[in-house]
Amino acid sequence: MTVIFNIALVILSIAMFCFLYRVVKGPSVADRVIALDAMGICLAGIVAIFSIILETSAFLEVILLIGILAFLGTVAFAKFLQKGVIIERERDR
Amino acid sequence: MKGIADAVVIFFVVVGAILVLISAIGAIRLPDVYTRSHAISKSTTLGIMFILLGTCFHFFIQEGHFNSRLLLGVVFIFMTSPVAAHFISRAAYYSGVELWERTVRDDLRNQKE
Repeated sequence: MTVIFNIALVILSIAMFCFLYRVVKGPSVADRVIALDAMGICLAGIVAIFSIILETSAFLEVILLIGILAFLGTVAFAKFLQKGVIIERERDR
Repeated sequence: MKGIADAVVIFFVVVGAILVLISAIGAIRLPDVYTRSHAISKSTTLGIMFILLGTCFHFFIQEGHFNSRLLLGVVFIFMTSPVAAHFISRAAYYSGVELWERTVRDDLRNQKE
């Protein structure tokens, strides 16, 4: 049973290497941000499979934390790409 | 009974891992930002939901109660990942990233000018 979970970990690691290739090579900033978001989500899956292998439920908060951080980072990068600022000071509407 | 539960957990985890691998192949091979965003956001979200549901089922078998943190993670990723992909492809369009040269339809072209 552990062998199959190890195979799943290897598959997820190959996927993370593919996303890392896209982060390094990607022609625009949006490519890099999307691939980085996917790497964060992939890392959450790796943590889940690790908590199955190690038979402990102590790492499950990490999944929530990684998901929230990946989402916030992506949204902040999107606002920065579109407007040049992240936090708008003057409110015009 | 234990064997059936293990088989279900293994099925969920392996299918999720293969879906994430498919989205990674899409991230390498597809030609521009928008198609890559399409591949990455949808397939990665489905794969990670499969993996987290398998983990939740495994801990339900092991400990006898549902783990609310995993279900919360499933719901959170299901809600936020398409929103993030939409945000970033919209920002890419308005900051002037080129479409693929064989794209046939561009509905936002008039709004941009």
